[in-house]
Parts: sequence; C-alpha cells; structure tokens
Amino acid sequence: MAAPIGTKLVSARFGNIEAQTLAGYEKTGGYGTLRKALAMRPDDIINEVKASNLRGRGGAGFSTGMKWSFVPKDSKTVHLVCNADESEPGTCKDRELIYWDPHLLIEGMIISAHALKAVHNYIYIRGEMMREYVVLQKAVDEAYARGYLGKNVLGTGLEIQLTVHRGAGAYICGEETALLNSLEGLRGQPRLKPPFPAVKGLFGNPTIVNNVETLMNVPFIIDKGGAWFNELGTGRSGGTRMLCVSGHVNKPGVFELPMGITFNQIIDDVCGGVWKGRKVKAVIPGGVSMPPLAPDELDVPCEFDALQTDERIKPVMVSPTQVFDLGGGRQLRTMAGSGGVVVLDDQCDIPMAVWRIMKFFAHESCGQCTPCREGTGWLEKVSRRVAEGNGKPDDLDLLASISHGIAGNTICALGDAAAWPMLGFLTKFRADFEAKLKKRAA
Amino acid sequence: MSLEFSADAQKKIAALCERYPTKQPVVMAALHLAQKDFGHLSDDALRLVASTLGLPYAHVYGVATFYTMYRREPSGKTTIRMCTNISCMLRGGYEVLAAFEKHLGVKKGGTTPNKLFTLIEEECIAACANAPCAIAGTSYLLDLTPDQVPTIIADLEKRPSPESEVV
Repeated sequence: MAAPIGTKLVSARFGNIEAQTLAGYEKTGGYGTLRKALAMRPDDIINEVKASNLRGRGGAGFSTGMKWSFVPKDSKTVHLVCNADESEPGTCKDRELIYWDPHLLIEGMIISAHALKAVHNYIYIRGEMMREYVVLQKAVDEAYARGYLGKNVLGTGLEIQLTVHRGAGAYICGEETALLNSLEGLRGQPRLKPPFPAVKGLFGNPTIVNNVETLMNVPFIIDKGGAWFNELGTGRSGGTRMLCVSGHVNKPGVFELPMGITFNQIIDDVCGGVWKGRKVKAVIPGGVSMPPLAPDELDVPCEFDALQTDERIKPVMVSPTQVFDLGGGRQLRTMAGSGGVVVLDDQCDIPMAVWRIMKFFAHESCGQCTPCREGTGWLEKVSRRVAEGNGKPDDLDLLASISHGIAGNTICALGDAAAWPMLGFLTKFRADFEAKLKKRAA
Repeated sequence: MSLEFSADAQKKIAALCERYPTKQPVVMAALHLAQKDFGHLSDDALRLVASTLGLPYAHVYGVATFYTMYRREPSGKTTIRMCTNISCMLRGGYEVLAAFEKHLGVKKGGTTPNKLFTLIEEECIAACANAPCAIAGTSYLLDLTPDQVPTIIADLEKRPSPESEVV
C-alpha cells in the first residue's frame, strides 16, 4: 500500500460547493488535463490507462485499459457509456461523486471518449437521483457552452457528444447489458453474453460501459502518468478506492482510502470502531451481493485480488461438507464488489438481516430467467420464516439447495448476487440460523 | 379522451430525439414528462407517448410497467420513499417507516386521503453512510430518527415537493 491515508484524487473537491460549477472547477485546475489529452494519440491514452492498473470500480474490478482494448480496431461507430445507476445496497459513492464534482466526470468522459474514438456518449443516471441529475445536466450544459463538448471540441475538429439519460427505478439496470437495453428504450432486461458490449453494445455498436468513479480517475492518470497511478495502489490494482462504510460503526461515511487497507483499519482507524462499544459480528465487504467476512477474516486487505484469493478467508460452502464450485473447481471466498462495506455488530439478528437482503433480490429480479425469478422469491419466503422463528427443520438445506440451483444458471449475475451471500452467511453464521430453528422446536 | 403534451414537454421531446439515432430511446424521458403533465400514466397517456414516438402501445406499456418510478395510478403530491434496506435497517429504518405510517395515517404503499402524500417502502437509495435515509419529493432526508417525522411532514404539507419537478 503506497498511498497514505488522506490521499485524495476523486474526492478532493468534496465539500467545495463552488466546484459544482464550471468556473469553480476550472479554478481548481479542472479541464487542464483535457487539453493535454486531446493532443495525445488515442492509443497512447489507452496504453497509459493500461499501465495505471486502473480496475473497474462498479463491482467486477476488471482492468479498464484491457476492457477498452477489446473494441475492434476497425470499428466505425463506438460509444462510451457511464454507468451512474448506483443501486447496490451499501453503496453510496457515485451519488456523492456526481454531486460534488460533476465536471471531473465529464472531463474523464471526454478524455476516455477521445481514447475510444467515441462520438455519441451517454451517462445513465439512476432515476431516484433527482438532485444529482439536475447538478449533472447543468454541468453538461456548461461544458457544451464552453466548447468542451460538441462538434468541434476546443477547436480540435473532434466531435464528442454527451447525453444524460435518466433511469426510472430498476436495480437491474446497473447490469451493463440491462443498462444498454434501458438506454435503447426497452425494458431493462440483461442480454446474453457474448457478444460483449465492447464488440456489440448500444445500438449494435461497440460500447464501453464504465462506472462513475472509474472514469473520474482517468484525468489523474493522464495528468500524472499511469506509472504514478499504479504506484498509489497495491501492484495489481492502481490508485485509491472510494469506500462507503455503513451499519454499526461510530462514524459511517464515504471515504477515499488506500487500495489495500484492511477491514480492521477501516472499522477502527477510519470509522471510530463499532458503535455502542460492541464487537463486530460480520462485515459485508462490497455491497450485499458479496459473501460476508467473519470477525477473524478482517485483517485481509480490501482489494480486488485479495478478497478472491486470500486463504485466510474461508471459502463459501454449499453444505458443511461441500465446497461451492464457481466453475472449474474455483472456490468463492468473496469479492471487493462496489465498495459498500456494511458492518454488523454482535447483537445483530443475522437471519433477519439476510431475509432483508433476499427480499431485495426477490423485488429486483427482472423475471427473465426462471431460476432467478422463482428462486429469489423462494429464498425470501424461506429465509423469512426462519428469521421469524417459524422455520422447518430442513430449511437451511432448502435455502442452500435453492441458492445452488440459481448460481451460474442465469443470464446475468443478479441470480449469483442473491445466491452467494445466502450461501456465505450459511457457511459462516450457521449457528445463528440453527438457533432460530431450535427456538421453534423448543 | 385524447391528451396533448404541454409545449414545454413537446420541446424537450423534440430536443431529445436529436440525441439518439432513433426515437425509441426517448420513451423513458417521454414517460417522465407525461407523468409531469398528467400526474400519472393512464392508458391515454401511454397512447400519447406511443403516437408521439411512433412506437407500438404495447412497447410503451411494457416500459411503463417495468420501472418503479412510473405510476399507473394517481398519487400524492409528495412521494416519500423510505429506505429499509440493510444499512437503513441496521440503524432503525423500519422504526422511521413506522413513524411515517403512524403520522400519515396510511400503510406503506398508500396515499393520504388529502392526496398530499404517498408513502413507499424503497429499496436502497445510495445514501447508506447517512442511514436511515429517505427521499421526500426531489430531496434526500439523511440520518433520520422517528422523532423528526412530524416536523418533516409539517414542512412538506406547507411546501410540497412533486418528483415531477425534475424531468
């Protein structure tokens, strides 16, 4: 971990309300990097982003430069789409980023669109974010008026257009192919992959979909260099990371933190410890889709690779004797996900918290694939009766069996997103569920 | 009864049609605008959106019924979307929801008889670090406690905040 706590890139303008405006943004150096980037060859920008080891901040942690290089070389029409449909429970960074620094997102998009030779570009913003939409649209209008966007960007002859597209309430539209369908004016249901959007995406054209925070990091990479950005990180993950800490801590918040900070450091050093003098029972590391960590797993760095491979994290099980297989014998520990860290204290009713998570997925399943549509509903019903003390003796096996039946058998990852935490909580907190069943038996 | 878009909505729809290669992607914005003009999305409002964009009625119906912010029925002037998802639940979101139900005299999903409020139990609204939270009209309410609810309602009674102010 090279960057010290307190290093701020994308959150540097938080609290500076003036920076929402073009004048305020320019006063703090904004749009300075754009001029440098427009003088660069697109491939040089892509190489710089590759060298930075910037990884997608939306949840998957995929290499951004690698993703960009998947666009076929001879493509005539390419689109860049910003995924601002932040909806993963526990995650609240993109909303803050858009609100405090909308022009940084726009500058990042213009630079990235130049790299991708993309003319018509879109920001898909969640419908419920009304205040943020107003701020963002105003910033886009200002950028057009100043010549940063339009048919001839800063007199370079480059055409770069940017349209803000409002959603209308659907978690699934955060899934990139559902988002593209929604952008096309369809119901937000995911598409089969392949073809991947980088080859065939929006309006049938090669399309890169990147998260808000990902795109906001691009100006820093172009300004100071990919190597510099990489050195801020852990080696295989460049830069800093926005983490949203919620739940049972003394000081919840949205923090820009060093990539690779441990969960114990996040809870104790950044968030002032667990509230009410209690102890940690469980930590959801990156949005509710991710399997939880137990108290003895919190010295692991909060970083994409570590959370998938660190052997201190117990693998997710289907039953107390059967390890869950992600495919090809790969184990599932957990993942860094969207940066939503939720802390549950030792008084927390784990089965009730799990029911609430399952209720969410049952509500948000788009209904396209049977295992997810039916399975998430069953998970909600069965986990509810267990949590309420009305569970049947074999309900834990039933929950595991339903989860196992969903995982890997759906078009998109929403099914896995319900199954993984269900299995993860059963793996690490089985005693809490069993206590609920015993209570009924007694 | 045939409906017509307001001049403002017509202008916005025409401008948006220039931003996409076809008119179909404008359907979401057109539905937001129809909701602003007509209060909710009646069958006639859906027909208007369909004819304006040259889309089949069934297509528009499909979109309007997929997304939760589109309302097929009339609702209160101010919509209160109270989050009870995990981060809010852990810090008393259900207690705040119960306080809203008590003080508004309606259950979640309901609209008050004076048509001022609709109360919705919402999924995560991306303000988890300030849980429990809600969206009232177009604004976020952060770090809520049940005892703040009467003041919040009194303020919104005086100054309603329709979501359709933002389109």
